[in-house]
This record gives sequence, C-alpha cells and structure tokens, in this order.
Amino acid sequence: MKSAVLVFPGSNCDRDLAVAVEQVTGRAPAMVWHRTSELPDGTDFIAIPGGFSYGDYLRSGAMAARSPIMGAVAEAAGRGVPVLGVCNGFQVLTEAGLLPGALMRNAGLHFVCRPVGLKVENSQSIFTSAYQSGEEISVPVAHHDGNYQADAETLDRLEGEGRIAFRYTGEVNGSARSIAGILNAQGNVLGMMPHPERALEPAHGNTDGRRLFEGLLEAVS
Amino acid sequence: MKARVFVTLKPGVLDPQGKAIHHALEGLGFAGVQDVRAGKLIELELAEGTSDDEIAEMCRKLLANTVIENFKIERLAAA
Repeated sequence: MKSAVLVFPGSNCDRDLAVAVEQVTGRAPAMVWHRTSELPDGTDFIAIPGGFSYGDYLRSGAMAARSPIMGAVAEAAGRGVPVLGVCNGFQVLTEAGLLPGALMRNAGLHFVCRPVGLKVENSQSIFTSAYQSGEEISVPVAHHDGNYQADAETLDRLEGEGRIAFRYTGEVNGSARSIAGILNAQGNVLGMMPHPERALEPAHGNTDGRRLFEGLLEAVS
Repeated sequence: MKARVFVTLKPGVLDPQGKAIHHALEGLGFAGVQDVRAGKLIELELAEGTSDDEIAEMCRKLLANTVIENFKIERLAAA
C-alpha cells in the first residue's frame, strides 16, 4: 500500500499516524506538505492527521481545507482512493465538503482527552471490515471541537445509508446521535474524532485501533 | 473601501460559547440576560469596485461555514 500522510502547519499527530501506517503496512508513508498540489504517483491511501492546523484560526480545519494539497485529495477521493481523517483531519474533511456536517465546540466546553467507548455501527466499509457490527471498542479522543452537528435530514440520510461508522457509547462532546465517525456516500472517505493510531500496540494500553489499519490494508491490497 | 462581515451561528445551532458567556454574565449579577449568541466580525479592506457578489463569494468559500453559520455584509462609507 502506498500511503500519504498530509502535514499542515500545526499538525501534531502526523508522526503518530505515519508510525501506525508503517507498522501495519510495512511501508513508510510519504509525508506530504500542504503547499504541494500533487500527491505522489500511485498513492492509494491518504491520511489526514490530528492537530491544530493553522492554529484552528477562523474555524477548526477551515484554513487547511483550502490549502493547495486538498484539490488533489478531493480528486483522489473522487476516484475512490481511501481517505482517513482523524480528529483535526475529520474537521478538515467536513470543511472541505468531502463529508457533510460540521464539528463544533464540545457541548461541555472542556477539552476532552481520554479513552472512550465506541460502537462499530458499520463493519462493511473498507475501514471497518476487521470489526464486527455492534462490537464495542475503546479508542482515545483528544479534542475541543468534536461536537458533530448536521441538519436532521442529513443525519437521517447518514443513518439510512449506513454511513455512521462509529458511535460513542457514552456522552463525550454533545455530538448529534452520538456520532464519532462518518463515511461519505461512496464509502471511501472516513472522518472520525477518536485516534485509532493511538491504540495500536500493547504499550498504548489497548490495540483496538489497529484493526482499522489492518482491515484497510486488506481491502486495498 | 471597507466592508464588515458578520458571521453568526444559524438559529437553532447550539452555541456552547454563548451559553458560557451567558452564565458568566449571570455570575456577575446581570439578571436580565435572556440569551447570548456569539459570532465573529471580520473587517475587510478591499480594492475600490469590489462587488457585493465577490464579497458574498468570499463568505461562502471561506469566511463562513454555511452548514452552521449565516453571514451578513455591511459596507462602510469612505471616511
């Protein structure tokens, strides 16, 4: 698998994501600076990391979503290349219009940083095929703006089309319908607030995030 | 030429920041506050002749997230 990890000014989970991708796929991803407008030839997986791109200026993910590399990401996503956005990466994907809805300030106003329970709602996607539907896993979150909101019609559509990948099992940030991660209509773009790359090896305390990358590797290769 | 863009949350969108400000005002003893909504004011210094449509396009493309926010443009008369 030929992966690319995007890097924006203020990204801080890019290395974690790169380590996770390399551990699971055996190949180090290309680290792609946001100012470039092209992805390396043959990129078959794009990961958008967590962090505080552009210092969260204007809105979380707003500036990054308009940076030159995102044109290439939208084009690749349109061709069916898998795109994973974690945390700030999820915010970037909604701001770029590649996923519906918006991520707002946590309802409790606090930065939430702890492992949370997630229910795998859809195990049919390329990202979740190594999980069982309905399975509960634990993955850490660390965010201030993770409160997923969309209009009722959009939420109904996400539910109806099986595009809610993960739901929180308890209250975390006020997200509509406890949404933790969603897929685009084609199923090749996943945005999620929890950090699967931080639950990868036993030293992390839990390896529930690992299967996301393993399932993806199997789906892509 | 100057313009001001007001970006506000759409009605019905939860505004935790506004709520916190509301609580803080109550904590200071201001009893008559019914609700608080927080937004942004962005001031633009523009070339003469910039059209309303161009400013609106700036709002739709970047300054506001129209999923959750409304915007209002106000032109300022030359000083």
